[in-house]
Amino acid sequence: MNKQWLWNALSILALLVGLAIWIKLPWYGVLAVAVLLALWLLLTRSGRLALAAARIGIASLPQRWGASSVIVVGIAGVVGVLVAMLAMGEGFQATLNSTGDEVSTIVLRGGSQAETNSVVTRDQVPLVSALPGIAKGADGRPLVSPELSQVVNLPSKSDGTDVNAQFRGVGEQAWTVHDKIRITEGRKFKPGLREIVVGQGARGQFRGLDVGKTLRLGNQDWTVVGAFVSGDAHDSELWTDAETLGSTYNRSAYQSISVRNDGKAGVAAFKAAMAADPRLKLDVETTHDYYAKQGGGLNKLITILGTVIGAIMAIGAVFGALNTMYAAVAGRAREIATMRAIGFRGLPVVLAVMLETMLLALVGGVLGGLVAWAIFNGYSVSTLGNNFSQVVFQFKVSPELLWTGLKWALGIGLVGGLFPALRAARLPVTTALRDA
Amino acid sequence: MKYLSLIWAQLFRSKTRTALTLLSVVAAFLLFGMLDSVRVAFNSGGSVEGANRLVVASRLSITQSLPVNLLPQIQSIPGVRKVTYAMWFGGIYQDPKNFFPNFSVAPNFFDVYSEYEVPPEQLKAFQDTRTGAAVGEALAKKFGWKLGDTIPLQATIFPRGGSNDWPLQLKAIFRAKDRNNVGAENQLMMNWKYFDESNDYIKSQVSWYTVQLADASQASRVARAIDALSANSDHETKSQSESAFQQAFAKQFADIGLIVTSIMGAVFFTLLLLTGNTMAQAVRERVPELAVLKTLGFKDGTVLVLVMVESMLLVTLGGLVGLGLAAVIMPGVAAASGGMIALPKVPTQTWLVGLGLMLAIGVVVGLLPALRAKRLKIVDALAGR
Repeated sequence: MNKQWLWNALSILALLVGLAIWIKLPWYGVLAVAVLLALWLLLTRSGRLALAAARIGIASLPQRWGASSVIVVGIAGVVGVLVAMLAMGEGFQATLNSTGDEVSTIVLRGGSQAETNSVVTRDQVPLVSALPGIAKGADGRPLVSPELSQVVNLPSKSDGTDVNAQFRGVGEQAWTVHDKIRITEGRKFKPGLREIVVGQGARGQFRGLDVGKTLRLGNQDWTVVGAFVSGDAHDSELWTDAETLGSTYNRSAYQSISVRNDGKAGVAAFKAAMAADPRLKLDVETTHDYYAKQGGGLNKLITILGTVIGAIMAIGAVFGALNTMYAAVAGRAREIATMRAIGFRGLPVVLAVMLETMLLALVGGVLGGLVAWAIFNGYSVSTLGNNFSQVVFQFKVSPELLWTGLKWALGIGLVGGLFPALRAARLPVTTALRDA
Repeated sequence: MKYLSLIWAQLFRSKTRTALTLLSVVAAFLLFGMLDSVRVAFNSGGSVEGANRLVVASRLSITQSLPVNLLPQIQSIPGVRKVTYAMWFGGIYQDPKNFFPNFSVAPNFFDVYSEYEVPPEQLKAFQDTRTGAAVGEALAKKFGWKLGDTIPLQATIFPRGGSNDWPLQLKAIFRAKDRNNVGAENQLMMNWKYFDESNDYIKSQVSWYTVQLADASQASRVARAIDALSANSDHETKSQSESAFQQAFAKQFADIGLIVTSIMGAVFFTLLLLTGNTMAQAVRERVPELAVLKTLGFKDGTVLVLVMVESMLLVTLGGLVGLGLAAVIMPGVAAASGGMIALPKVPTQTWLVGLGLMLAIGVVVGLLPALRAKRLKIVDALAGR
């Protein structure tokens, strides 16, 4: 009795260590394990015995489909929820990561961290424009866009409640500075007129932003004259002329300057020149770094949340799997005892039960991943970003996430199968044959 | 009631199976308890004290400020008891990652926000010191601040004489009266007068007013009267109850309700299948025993009820343990993190919904096996057919 307790305790310990290693294992590690297992199964005598025993168990699966589906559906639920949660964080990060690049920069007041906090006065704009490292447009003028962003309340499309949207005023050169922007419908706004172009994401999230509509912002009527797509965080914004926006909201200063630089060398030269000029207490960051930094907190939070929720669900699913496999072992007690009686050793019997569970777990993992992918991949949602305004992003079910889900599924299968397998191997042959 | 011991014995006939099923149910309801509490906390927003308060902010957007000269006009509206105001400061301490809300407030701020407890002499010192600061206990503990310390706050929005340095003297430490609301202690307040005189950019502006009502039932009338003050000006206001204001803000982060419902949908679907399977197994194994019961004179209906009650007992037992665990874990985590992770306690509403779910799942799961038990023919069952 004591010996058995010791064995159980040892196997739990080994299991925990194994699980920790398993979750951390990179793909080539998993591949190596799989190849080793396959080789052992095919080449050694006990391996082939295990395979034969597993085949008998798997062949009888259809008879127990009700109980087996508990494992499949349980694990599919865990993997589906886990993958969907992680896909949300991944999608948000991907949107911010794809915003901006390494050869354009954003200029903010020193220490201000985010656009909402920053102020760039009008007299600083010509000083910044004259610095080296800035790319020149076709007409020879430097590619800088002094910008101003205003948070405005707009009714959300889902239930009409007020949510914050980013209303950005941009300079004349903005279309070349932000080179990912493409007008998909209508035309660009005309400077000096109260005209807006709207991002594709904003159009999906807020009411009344179709081309041709007018809307009231800051006590003025604005006409939507065009729609644009940029595939990044700017998609959630409304754009107009910076001067018009400034006069509407009584704002004399800009908030940031977006700059397109002459390659990476240009960025370095621009940064150095900015630091050297005592008149300019401004921070320079590449747009890529600026936007990537904004996503970090949320993605981390969602990853932690997703993992905690997934772990609790996984624990529930493990008990479900244990239950099913114990029942399966009990139901096949006579069969297993017979196999043992005709010479199958402990190891092949253990492995046969494990293989069966893992197979079910694999099916569950694939199913859960597929469901998460089918429902959520590309699903659009929005959240409050760093500038107190909505950032629209899409769930992104990447292959890496599906892979993570599969690893979780197999981990659950491992735990759920091991103890029933050990029981099967320990079944006293004589009593099992007599009782059943 | 007299059959309770019989049902209990049936339930634990196969100890391993019942224990494992119970544990799955516990896990499901633990998750439900935690997620649903978070959802309720997110959606309700605001304390009991907040029920008779209005928040008056700019209609245009959350970042737009309002002129401070609205104050006497708001005060003169009938039904308004006290008015206080605050201006967002958005400063950082050492590193942007050390985020905590900080703003400048009117002298009577703590009169209106009566859910915070400040020792009177500290409150006086805070009001009398131009560069004074008041912080919550949890925040002071986190950064090791003591009364009299200088806090080198860095401005992100408002420089002072061209520099971002705003050193403040810690003069008061406040506590949240409701210990479940320790998260609200992660705030810093400074004097609005000092802020207004010293910052380089704006003068006589506030981010929002908080209005304490004489009578909470008059909220909508007073809100309309306040909004009428500034109608058609360039600083139109939007007045709403504090909870509505917080809810609207929280909702912009994510639709927590939808997320929680989808996750719990997946969890409970799996749970149905799992416990359903257990119950089906339990009845299948017990067919001869049930036949014996019937032979002894138990009616078909009684056998049906026995199995139903057994399945409901199974789910309710696990569910209660799960919700109880959630009720223990969440304040535990919140306490252990010193208010850093603010987790709500499990509200009554969640307990009630949880109980309803337990009974419903118990019924659904037990129905088919119970019907089977009811329809058993004694002869067939005893003969093993």
